[in-house]
Amino acid sequence: MSLLQVQGLSKYFGAVAAVDDLSFTVAEGEILAMIGPNGAGKSTCFNLLGGQLAADHGSVRLANHELLGLPAYRIWRLGVGRTFQITASFGSMSVLENIQLALLSHHRRLWQPWRRATGYYRPVASALLEQVGMAAQAERSCGILAYGDLKRVELAVALAHQPRLLLMDEPTAGMAPAERAELMRLVVKIAREHTIAVLFTEHDMDVVFRHADRLIVLDHGQMIAAGTPASVRADPLVQTRYLGHS
Amino acid sequence: MSIILLQSLTGLASAASLFLVAVGLSIIFGVTRVVNFAHGSFYMLGAYLAWWLHQWLAAGALGFWVSVVVAAVTVGLVGVLVEYLILRRIYKAPELFQLLATFGVVLVIQDAVLWVWGPEDRLGPQVPGLDGAVLIAGHYLPSYDLFLIAITPLLLLALWWLFQRTRWGILVRAATQDREMVAALGVNQTRLFTAVFFLGSLLAGLGGALQLPKGGADTLLDINIIATAFVIVVIGGLGSILGAFLAAVLVGQLNAFGILVFPTLTLALMFLVMASVLILRPQGLLGKPESAAPPTGPPAPRLRLPSRLSLMLWLPLLTGLVALPWFTQGYVLVLMVDIFIAALFAASLHFLLGPGGMISFGHAAYFGLGAYGAALLVKYLSLPMLPALLLAPWIAGLGALLFGWFCVRLRGVYLAMLTLAFAQIIWSVAMQWYPVTGGDDGILGLWPAPWAADRISYYYLSLTLCALGIYSLRRMMFAPFGYALRGSRDSARRAEAIGIAVRHHQWAAFTIAGVCAGLAGSLYVYSKGSVFPDVMAIPNSVDALIMVLLGGVQTVSGPLLGAAVFTWLHDELSRLDYWRFLLGLSLIGLVVLFPHGLGGIAEQWRSRRISS
Ligand SMILES: Nc1ncnc2c1ncn2[C@@H]1O[C@H](COP(=O)(O)OP(=O)(O)OP(=O)(O)O)[C@@H](O)[C@H]1O
Ligand SMILES: [Mg+2]
Repeated sequence: MSLLQVQGLSKYFGAVAAVDDLSFTVAEGEILAMIGPNGAGKSTCFNLLGGQLAADHGSVRLANHELLGLPAYRIWRLGVGRTFQITASFGSMSVLENIQLALLSHHRRLWQPWRRATGYYRPVASALLEQVGMAAQAERSCGILAYGDLKRVELAVALAHQPRLLLMDEPTAGMAPAERAELMRLVVKIAREHTIAVLFTEHDMDVVFRHADRLIVLDHGQMIAAGTPASVRADPLVQTRYLGHS
Repeated sequence: MSIILLQSLTGLASAASLFLVAVGLSIIFGVTRVVNFAHGSFYMLGAYLAWWLHQWLAAGALGFWVSVVVAAVTVGLVGVLVEYLILRRIYKAPELFQLLATFGVVLVIQDAVLWVWGPEDRLGPQVPGLDGAVLIAGHYLPSYDLFLIAITPLLLLALWWLFQRTRWGILVRAATQDREMVAALGVNQTRLFTAVFFLGSLLAGLGGALQLPKGGADTLLDINIIATAFVIVVIGGLGSILGAFLAAVLVGQLNAFGILVFPTLTLALMFLVMASVLILRPQGLLGKPESAAPPTGPPAPRLRLPSRLSLMLWLPLLTGLVALPWFTQGYVLVLMVDIFIAALFAASLHFLLGPGGMISFGHAAYFGLGAYGAALLVKYLSLPMLPALLLAPWIAGLGALLFGWFCVRLRGVYLAMLTLAFAQIIWSVAMQWYPVTGGDDGILGLWPAPWAADRISYYYLSLTLCALGIYSLRRMMFAPFGYALRGSRDSARRAEAIGIAVRHHQWAAFTIAGVCAGLAGSLYVYSKGSVFPDVMAIPNSVDALIMVLLGGVQTVSGPLLGAAVFTWLHDELSRLDYWRFLLGLSLIGLVVLFPHGLGGIAEQWRSRRISS
């Protein structure tokens, strides 16, 4: 049975159907890419799944839990981690503290009012940073990090509660090509090791075709194709609407 | 039946100047995004100037109307001066700083008016030709009221024409919607802002001058009208002219009928309506919703654990405070108690503003709830001191729990206004519920228990409780709870996406800040022996903000430093005749020169040293 089942998901902004009757599934541990031109509705879809936006219609079930209608923090607790297209981190805290806070949340220690937070889960946090190659910058402020480094921190934060599903909205945007390939390799390696399903969007087709198990293609909020990288690449509709330029 | 008609006409008449003040405030906010606290002072200035000019001219009807027009234009020019000297420098500053700087202008104008025209209430003149009364359904209505009722729609029409039919008005409307776009069109934005300020201030002055024959001029006009104007603008929708008109009519009616139905709650009624509007329709009746732009500006600086150096400073300081009574038993101890209470009050506000990232413009409400809580517990339940002292903060906490639920749903200026509204509700209840709170006369005879009655014992009691309160707040800041709070401030979407229930944490922080402010309030009552509604008036909220600002919003010990400096200065300066003038000037200077507060200077200096 699949981990995530999306059925008839829709979201309108006024007259614009940003996501239009979208249905798909994600299997346990599957790496699924969502591609499509700018404004196709990818980020909107991610925000609906993560609880950042409220859907107009449809259903999203994570292993038989309905996610729609839940606040974002509840969705996270059910095992969905995410990164944002425009990175979001705690700018006034150090990289390590960002991870520690995610761990504190995972262990339900957020309401602890007295003991100093600095001592909590340091080794685990350091190991997570090691994993994404940010250990050297653990003490730096998140507010002054380079963009690519922030994306890595976001990844480490998203991994802190051992998610079952990872939503990554353009995880490699703003990185140099070599760095992109390397980060995606890392994501895939971690996902395979821990059986984490990954749903990601990406504009770099090399990255997509190399790493994704399966693809879905969005245009104007609707799914216009789905399947293995090879079959999607060959799809005539995808050729004209999206890959036409390449 | 006829009394209802009469009240409704009276309400309509009072809507005239309410509309003028509110629409000016609204236009200025729409274009400049500054909430101008001094707008009420312009109204007061209009009233005094018109009165004064009329004394001079005193020549029949013409004399009055000339006075009104000259007064309004003069106030417009004063507005231009204020814009040119102060606001222009802080258009990009955080809302809180803008509010404080314009509050500085309030203080300056207050003392200037006092100096020029003295403290006596000035009776408004009769307007020749409109000094009679008209018989309507068996009651007399002053002709001047009818005149006001008639001109209000005309004024609305004139403004509508100005903003819909003239090139200038269309530009202003465009600037209200999209400042960058207008700048890109090559419009001189600086001149546009100044012109808008002129118009807005002129309307406030006109409102004050027109109200003169009905209410006269007195030195409390400014704060009274600004609170009402805030309410009207929020109900109508910031930046909407028609909204301001509808809301002014609504508030006029509310006041006129409130007197009949709930004579003790008229003020609270107005603020309750505003609070409900803010919650059900935050953009107001006719306002446009704010685009949810992510907060701009640099991230808050890092909060560091106290270094060894600062511990080395804190320990001797605390020892010194404990040892102080050995060296002096005089007035210094009384002043020190004031400082302790102020420090706890400021620290609680700082907890909200700094780590919590929530603007509060009505923190005095919780100080006041603690103060009145203790006073009422003693008066009605005859509780001894210690239980009253320890119970009262929870009353304040309950208030904060209730109001906080609403407050965590809003941001920015809307949050500032809602907190202000709640403080005004509490204040007006204390003011108007005479049988229970004693109203203006306050509650007297609240002295400490015999064991704490002497100066030294009360000094130690306050030191202990304030130090405990402040220490707890600091612990929380560095505990997981504080991390969650700071994370929610830095990025609410990231916080939610790692399982932090942002609003719950902010709500808890709001309540905790309320409890601590309440403790400060109850200690205050026993140190003074009495309590009056002033403790929750706007100036007290502003005092706390000044202390936090002085010390720096994003520093840990800053508010304590700020409280000490402010309380001491206040003590020294309030003996001078025109100390509010000085305070106002310092406030303006402080905001214009040091937008990061005094503690912020040290922080800047340190980060510069680290990075170089
Ligand atoms: N908050 C919003 N209000 C109104 N319209 C919106 C909003 N967010 C997105 N849209 C519209 O919805 C559509 C889908 O936008 P979305 O950001 O989901 O696209 P995307 O596929 O992520 O594009 P990109 O590749 O540029 O990130 C666009 O037409 C966009 O203009
Ligand atoms: Mg996107």
